[in-house]
Amino acid sequence: MLEIKNISKTFNPGTVNAKTALNGLNLTLEDGDFVTVIGGNGAGKSTMLNAIAGCWKVDEGSILIDGINITHMPEYKRAKFLGRVFQDPMMGTAADMQIDENLAIAARRGKHHTFKWGVSSKERAEYRELLKQLDLGLENRLTSKVGLLSGGQRQAVTLLMASLNQPKLLLLDEHTAALDPKTAAKVLEITDRIVNENKLTTIMITHNMRDAIKHGNRLIMMHEGRVIVDVKGEDKKKLTVEDLLGMFTKASGSEFASDRAMLSK
Amino acid sequence: MFLNWLATLPGAIAQGIIWGIMAVGVYITYKILDIADLTVDGSICTGAAVCAVMVTSGVNVWVAMICAVLAGMLTGLATGLLHTLMGIPPILAGILTQLILWSVNLKIMGKANIALPSRQFDVILAQLNIKQSLIWLVVFVAVIVALLYFFFGTELGMSLRSTGNNIHMSQAQGININFTKVLGLVISNGIVALSGALLAQYQGFSDINMGRGAIVIGLAAVIIGETLFSKIARNFAVRLLAVVAGGIIYFFVYQTVIFLGLDTDLLKMLSAVVVAIFLAVPYWKKKYFTKVKIKPTTESKSEEVKENA
Repeated sequence: MLEIKNISKTFNPGTVNAKTALNGLNLTLEDGDFVTVIGGNGAGKSTMLNAIAGCWKVDEGSILIDGINITHMPEYKRAKFLGRVFQDPMMGTAADMQIDENLAIAARRGKHHTFKWGVSSKERAEYRELLKQLDLGLENRLTSKVGLLSGGQRQAVTLLMASLNQPKLLLLDEHTAALDPKTAAKVLEITDRIVNENKLTTIMITHNMRDAIKHGNRLIMMHEGRVIVDVKGEDKKKLTVEDLLGMFTKASGSEFASDRAMLSK
Repeated sequence: MFLNWLATLPGAIAQGIIWGIMAVGVYITYKILDIADLTVDGSICTGAAVCAVMVTSGVNVWVAMICAVLAGMLTGLATGLLHTLMGIPPILAGILTQLILWSVNLKIMGKANIALPSRQFDVILAQLNIKQSLIWLVVFVAVIVALLYFFFGTELGMSLRSTGNNIHMSQAQGININFTKVLGLVISNGIVALSGALLAQYQGFSDINMGRGAIVIGLAAVIIGETLFSKIARNFAVRLLAVVAGGIIYFFVYQTVIFLGLDTDLLKMLSAVVVAIFLAVPYWKKKYFTKVKIKPTTESKSEEVKENA
């Protein structure tokens, strides 16, 4: 489904600030995989998602989705394969536009924008149903500006947007990190439901080890721009936080270096 | 005295509508695309120049106006390409096009100004016939607002709005933001050039200097319209009409201060100062008058909860 072959990325090459964020990263995902990603600060987790999304070009290696080489495709073109939710709830939605307009833009992801009306009434009815399933009371606020919603509501709407138009791959970049614990749990619950219902192949970055263990069918741990631990199937179901910390120390030869992750185990 | 003042009003309204149309163009870039486009100082004159040259050489005034709009669109395209293709920041791209247009406008006209007397040529607007001018201007405003209202409700128009609103989101949703930015600049400058063509007819000449400071008048109209009508202007069409109304009010005040005997040399400075103050008000409001909410503490609290969890 997704094949990442030996990609590398160095930011600010040739300067004192040079930082190798991805260092010969390899990862292959099967159809329907729901992979959680953990790793210390600067391990390359977000960089990997940005490489897939095409925020910049990778230095070497290639990225394929369903056999299509997207390594050199501009960001807006590969967007049709991808659904994305960012850490910052403000980033995934257009604040000054209505909820239905945001959803309609997402529903047209990867399609040609024409002079057809931007949101049809048929779509509005669909969106109302989908919003009702979020159980956040948004179904009656279709024409509210997204900027009026809370962070959690905005993340939920962004998730819904990302799932419209059946993306081949869903990229979740610590999408609950900026939310309070209760809201974060709710958004994770919605995430699970949306992923399962649409059978989406998903990569979810989290700094919370328990979440990483609880969700998905596969867990990878990254360190210095590479995958150092890859657990799937039955093994993943039996994982504990202590196991993970042990695996990390063994694979990387160092202590797990994320204060945030340590605190939230 | 009062009657004399009253007599200047229809003229102020006509000029106000013409500049209000120009301000609608500014609204598209400044408010919708979030780009301060300085091309307009040049493109308004391009519109006037093309219209004046064509009409004085015997071309039908409607054909001349269409050509003026197309020329204006090209100026927007130039700025758009300078920005997207060559990576120049939008403000600088606008300034560069503006400078290019100074030469281009001189070449179009062949000299610094061209007279377009309404007695001699078949034009639709004229200072001598304010009533007819006003009727035509109202028609123009209605058509432009209707077209824009329709356009910004379409898929394409929505992609333009989202580009100005949230670039990250737009790219993640597969919108080619370079295309939408260029498109917005093209539409905006087409409208600005149309207002230039109307202005040349109304005042009876086209002049190389007529666009100087146009962006400030445009911004003034946008800001006045927004400030005065923000309560009622929810609907997009009403907001555009509010911008036109802002242009009328600007010229209303302008005529009044001239009438009261203010030194006209100072007018441009006053306009700029007024715009500067209005632009500063939202910033000051945010900085000094925001009620200190306990929000930061609740956030740090939830941080703690998260860490303890």
